[in-house]
Amino acid sequence: MRGVRMPAKYVIQTRPVPHRFEPITRSGIIAWEEGCLKCAVCVKTRCVYGVYEHRGLKPHQMIDSIDNQCMNCFRCVQSCPKELIHKSLNPQFKALGDAYWSPEIIARLWYQAETGKIPVSGAGYPGPFSGPGFDSMWTDMSEIVRPTRDGIHGREYISTAIDLGKTHDHLMFNENGDLVGGSPSILDIPLPILVKVPPFGAVSSDTIKGWSMAARRLGTLLALPQERFHELPDDFSPWLTPLFSAEGFDPSAIPDGVRLVEIPWMEDWQRMVESLKGARPDLLISISVPAAEGMEEKALSLAKTGVIIHVEGSQDARLVDDRTRTLKDAIRSVHLKLVEEHIRDEVTLLASGGISMAEHVAKALICGADAVFIDFPVLIALECRMCKRCTKGLSCPVEIDNATPSWVALRTMNLLGAWHNQLLEVMGAMGMRDARRLRGEAGRAMFFEDLDRSTFGSLGEVEEGCEIE
Amino acid sequence: MKLSSHKAFRLPEVVRTPSRFRNPIGKYRLYRTSDCIACGKCVEICPYGVHVIRKGQVFVENHYLCIGPDCPEPCHKACPVQALSVKRNPDFDALGDFRWTPDLLVSSWYMAEFGDTPPAGLEYKTGASGGGFDKLRIIIRGGKSGSEDPENDELDVGLELNRRNDNAHRIRIQVPFYGGGMSYGSVSITTMLSRMRAAKALGTFCCTGEGGYPDELKPYDDNVITQVATGLFGVSEETIQRVKIVEFKYAQGAKPGLGGHLLGDKVTPGVARMREAVVGYPLFSPFPFHSVYSVEDHKKHVDWIKAVNPKALVSVKVSTPTDVDMVAVGSYYAGAHIIHLDGSYGGTGAAPDIAKKNIAMPIEYAIPKVHSFLQEEGVRDKMTVIASGGIRTPHDVAKIIALGADGVCTGTADLVALGCLRCHNCESGRGCARGIATTDPELMDLIELDWGAQRITNFFLAWRKELIRILKKLGMTSIQELVGRTDCLVHLDYMRSRV
Repeated sequence: MRGVRMPAKYVIQTRPVPHRFEPITRSGIIAWEEGCLKCAVCVKTRCVYGVYEHRGLKPHQMIDSIDNQCMNCFRCVQSCPKELIHKSLNPQFKALGDAYWSPEIIARLWYQAETGKIPVSGAGYPGPFSGPGFDSMWTDMSEIVRPTRDGIHGREYISTAIDLGKTHDHLMFNENGDLVGGSPSILDIPLPILVKVPPFGAVSSDTIKGWSMAARRLGTLLALPQERFHELPDDFSPWLTPLFSAEGFDPSAIPDGVRLVEIPWMEDWQRMVESLKGARPDLLISISVPAAEGMEEKALSLAKTGVIIHVEGSQDARLVDDRTRTLKDAIRSVHLKLVEEHIRDEVTLLASGGISMAEHVAKALICGADAVFIDFPVLIALECRMCKRCTKGLSCPVEIDNATPSWVALRTMNLLGAWHNQLLEVMGAMGMRDARRLRGEAGRAMFFEDLDRSTFGSLGEVEEGCEIE
Repeated sequence: MKLSSHKAFRLPEVVRTPSRFRNPIGKYRLYRTSDCIACGKCVEICPYGVHVIRKGQVFVENHYLCIGPDCPEPCHKACPVQALSVKRNPDFDALGDFRWTPDLLVSSWYMAEFGDTPPAGLEYKTGASGGGFDKLRIIIRGGKSGSEDPENDELDVGLELNRRNDNAHRIRIQVPFYGGGMSYGSVSITTMLSRMRAAKALGTFCCTGEGGYPDELKPYDDNVITQVATGLFGVSEETIQRVKIVEFKYAQGAKPGLGGHLLGDKVTPGVARMREAVVGYPLFSPFPFHSVYSVEDHKKHVDWIKAVNPKALVSVKVSTPTDVDMVAVGSYYAGAHIIHLDGSYGGTGAAPDIAKKNIAMPIEYAIPKVHSFLQEEGVRDKMTVIASGGIRTPHDVAKIIALGADGVCTGTADLVALGCLRCHNCESGRGCARGIATTDPELMDLIELDWGAQRITNFFLAWRKELIRILKKLGMTSIQELVGRTDCLVHLDYMRSRV
């Protein structure tokens, strides 16, 4: 097929964007001076990474940068003749975030926002066997039958683009061959990640502007409360999604250029949709449905009118009314309901709540979402420690509100650049070349609930007097 | 070829080989105040050699050997002037992770030093990952336990690798494990040779990985598995003909479906020569084999090896996708002798964290699936099933064999024996700061070959001894008896009393 060209690859440009404050590290170096023998060649001068030479005290923070440079090889600990150097776990690190937004997740997000790189490490996987929600599934790979790849930036073309909006199950043409009824209103987004202003955070107008700049550069959308809309210049409108509340809702106030709006689920949502459609027929509308009992029926009713469904879980990826079920279960359940009703291919299903790692994007898609909203990760990209001081009216320890828009934009793009590359890794291993095809491919994943019981469920019987090694 | 019996094989000796570093890390630290009167009581009662007396002064010389609260006669209680106290070592808690807990690391170092399991104070059997191996326990049901004399060598822990009864070599390994592939370039030549020499001493094999077959390995040809992987680095007819086992690497657990990547910094002149590449340029090992898109193509590969070296055993190393059972059967029909399944949680080389955690299934699920599928197909006894990907302890070995494997491959465990503490920075800068996974000449010098070979030998002698102890408890006389014996296991999450 001469002359047929693949579209240009979607690449997110990243570059190192240094942190403004010293990050908190998992462990720290404790080096005693008392009893030092003043060896001719001190172990500190022999550090492979030179951390003792490059250390520095950040004056406004009183944190020694040494802990951030230390790579935990323990050579100084193990070589000092007087055993004066030790490593110990940093209680401040352990106190970061909460049970869900764990110190490890936060530190990993900081790294990605700073470097724009995929986290890579040697010596195998260090984490738990499985966990709740997305941690209870593994994605597939294919041994042989699939396109060849040479590393992640190799020649293989993988599209992460997705469509938002209602797709028709068929098109109609008149006798002249012209499309009847116009082309479907669809928004093409180059990666299945939309950004939403997080529920809390020391978010200033500059922060919002930085996120908007990132959304525009990435070609994705930033969803923000309608009352913050005026903080931004008009030329950002195409990349902004106003989140309307039920009160004070005025469809005529939607700025020109806006392509997608979101309203919360309410009993008379149809009336709202009609008034929106009346004011702006080309507008895409998303309705957020809490991940809770009855969400499947609500989703189905929305689907029938072509509204975008947005299933919203809790901040820790659970159902809002049932802590035993996770966002993973919610997406699967809604997706399957739409499949059973033969309407899944016509509508868009978005999911949000606790999406905290790149793998969650791939897994949410495999469970049946078309795309996800992320919120706290773009705040953590700005060095947020999830201390929640801002929710109590206290100052932000890392002064997020003082960060410049361009720094905010670059850190956000770094994070999403790293996530995009990780999505390529997962899709590449599966031999999947289109994110649209990933949606609902539960057969290309392995679920803990299926595997564990079928493998080990019969290995439980113990009789009296037996000995367990 | 004459079959060597396990009784004719002479095991290597354990030679105590302490840490390369002057301050080994243990779980506990002892503190001595100036009240000490140097009476020598602590030196006298401690069975582990923690305290020493020299020139009338008493020192704590070996903190790391203290077993802490497990000690039946603690020195700090016996001290007449209460000059001693014992505390948990904060360095210890800064080590390790869920899979390789500080306990597992320190007990592995103990095994590499002493050739035996630690006496007490350390959990050396399981990690803290909360699933799989770490929730499985070996269970000794009524009336089965035999004598526990570990010196009794009537017990056979060896493994026959060729079950096809074809014209290829008959190869028996003396222990149910061999060294998994770690390439020249990703680890130092000293690390590689240490593993090879230990493999030879233990009567087993070690794989070259995908990085060529350095000439230094010549003395170990009979114990080398050479790898043919997608980059075909350093593969030639000559290397295929030098060995008894050739391994096709289709995929690896650390980065299933992603291929390999050696950073430019690690492509030193030696590595470049070995791989027939250019110094300083990164090397990609693509994924998958450019020439294999079906089982028939795979057979063509196996036939190619058999044409070059008709006596060679062919091993096929694959990862653990949903259809891993089909892949295993396909490999059998293509003519492979060994199917080597590499589970997703293992691996030694640098890999994206997202791949290590999420892509492909843990080995604990894959082995039972493959074992039963091969049984249903009626070919289980024609194929040797090798498991890898997160095997850390002799208990892991016993558990995965009870789940259906014949034997295992190790990788990270060997590195831990050499003093790896899993800082995970194998790939950064000049490579491993501890001199294990590096090609930096200065860092490489941190390990001497004699030391490295003996540490790995000791380590696996401890594994062997522990396996024998387990088999005796189970009343078994050979490790073969344990294959697929899931009744010897109990999973803590599903534990219930028989009614």
